[in-house]
Amino acid sequence: MFSLSITLPAVMGIFYSFTDSIGFGEYEFVGLTNYAVMFSDPAILSAYGFTLGVALCTVVLVNIAALGLALGLTSRIRARTTLRTVFVLPMVVSGIIIAFVFQFVFSHTLPAAGQALGIGALEQSILADPNLAWIAVVLVTAWQATPQAMLIYIAGLMTVPKDVYEAAGIDGASGWQQLRNITLPLISGFVLINVIIGFKDFLSTYEIIVGLTDGGPGTATRSVAMAIFAGFEDGDYAYQMANSTIFFLITLAIALVQLRLTRGNARV
Amino acid sequence: MTLPSTKAGGATTPAGKNTARRVPPGAGDSGRGRWSTTLILVLCSAVVILPFYVSVSMAFKSGEQAVDGEAFTPPSPWSTEGFVQAWALTDFPRAFAVSILITAVTVTGTVLVSAMASYAISRNWDRKFFRWSFYYLLSAMFLPFPVLALSQVKLTGMAGLANPAGVALLHIMFQLSFSTLLFTAFLRSLPQELEESARMDGATTSFTFWRIVFPLMAPMSATVGIFAFLKSWNDFMMPSMIIEDPSLQTLPVIQEIFQTQFSNDYHVSFASYLMAMAPAVIAYVISQRWVMSGLTQGAVK
Repeated sequence: MFSLSITLPAVMGIFYSFTDSIGFGEYEFVGLTNYAVMFSDPAILSAYGFTLGVALCTVVLVNIAALGLALGLTSRIRARTTLRTVFVLPMVVSGIIIAFVFQFVFSHTLPAAGQALGIGALEQSILADPNLAWIAVVLVTAWQATPQAMLIYIAGLMTVPKDVYEAAGIDGASGWQQLRNITLPLISGFVLINVIIGFKDFLSTYEIIVGLTDGGPGTATRSVAMAIFAGFEDGDYAYQMANSTIFFLITLAIALVQLRLTRGNARV
Repeated sequence: MTLPSTKAGGATTPAGKNTARRVPPGAGDSGRGRWSTTLILVLCSAVVILPFYVSVSMAFKSGEQAVDGEAFTPPSPWSTEGFVQAWALTDFPRAFAVSILITAVTVTGTVLVSAMASYAISRNWDRKFFRWSFYYLLSAMFLPFPVLALSQVKLTGMAGLANPAGVALLHIMFQLSFSTLLFTAFLRSLPQELEESARMDGATTSFTFWRIVFPLMAPMSATVGIFAFLKSWNDFMMPSMIIEDPSLQTLPVIQEIFQTQFSNDYHVSFASYLMAMAPAVIAYVISQRWVMSGLTQGAVK
């Protein structure tokens, strides 16, 4: 008990100082004008639109890819450990560096390949096209985020008892029917976890966009996190504090939905 | 996959032999499935490997070879020119030292602080204060960095922590909730009899913790440590926002100079990317056993 009474207050003390730094005082001091301006600011609104859209697309892509890979990796295959090691690699490398590498791939390698193969659509870098650059952001974010979701799905698939499949196999269910009627319902909790964790993570996407497009062309790929940071450099600190407060509320809402849903799921 | 095997077993053989005959077609089936699935996965893994291949191929080219930006042809002859230049341009030893320092402090701090906090929490679970502090810590998991960034930059500036030390401190704080969650789950599964008998023999709480509980938590400490390592080593946002002095910047952040100043020396930039990625990849390959088990337990929370 003795050392606990020393360590714990220390832990909590550091932690208090860290949550204090949310700085709720800030927005009260500035008043509500910031919020009013924010909701009619096209730059902010487009950043939210872009961020939500990208997060949504990425969540769908990541979960399809991760579930497919997890199913493949848990079935009977050769060289399982090696393959799993390879598929987890994207998770362990720095997002900013991976974004730089992909920036090169999108702006040099793919156009060169497009020219060589005569595919006109590939000859232009999609990063330079304001209408297409978001696709690159989604692809690279998904590339990096898939391993984590995949590992969660693998953990989920391991909770499904084997004899269920045997029974289904004897009844003549095809692989697809087994997947739809057995696997998916049994791991629905994990799907939910992945969707919500993913959505929350992708909302604060920053590094990959900085590395790929730096918000460009123009402001076509500017995310909320980037708007917040840019606000810090431009000096409209309080304004972006209001922005980050809204952003926080959105994240909090998602977190609450997550808690509610996972708890409901645990009861079932 | 299973359909043909039941057909073969059911149609041609009497019921008695059915069980005996089911094994060979089943084995043959899974053998076939095994190869086709493996092949598909290998094809998919090309998507993962491509960027790494591009990096390696570009990094080992000489200046003239790299200038056209063609990445698929392997370098011939292999050249280490890029690495030599990148080493000097990024002042690699210094950036590497800063990154190592931040990461080491983060890993040590995260493991120690969250282990102690989890011990305190899990052994006092019946008390309201400790229960609430657990949920309080967990709630930080839902706070993304961008939300806190502006005020944190301000605070670290005021506290004289706009340097690697401040980044390490914040890294520890951000790892705390996830790590405490893992440790607490692990401690709940640990039998308390050992501690009770130690206490009966007159051991103090700190003695019990350091000599009995902490060594028992070693596997979980490894998992927590690896996560802290990867997060801290690869982080870009926090150091780039918080460290004021560019000469004390971390390895990932340093890579930005290739976007502005040396944007056409592809072989140099890719050599530098490789050097920045390598430690994390090596650490992962060595330690993947714990990464896997940690994630599995984190997922089933």
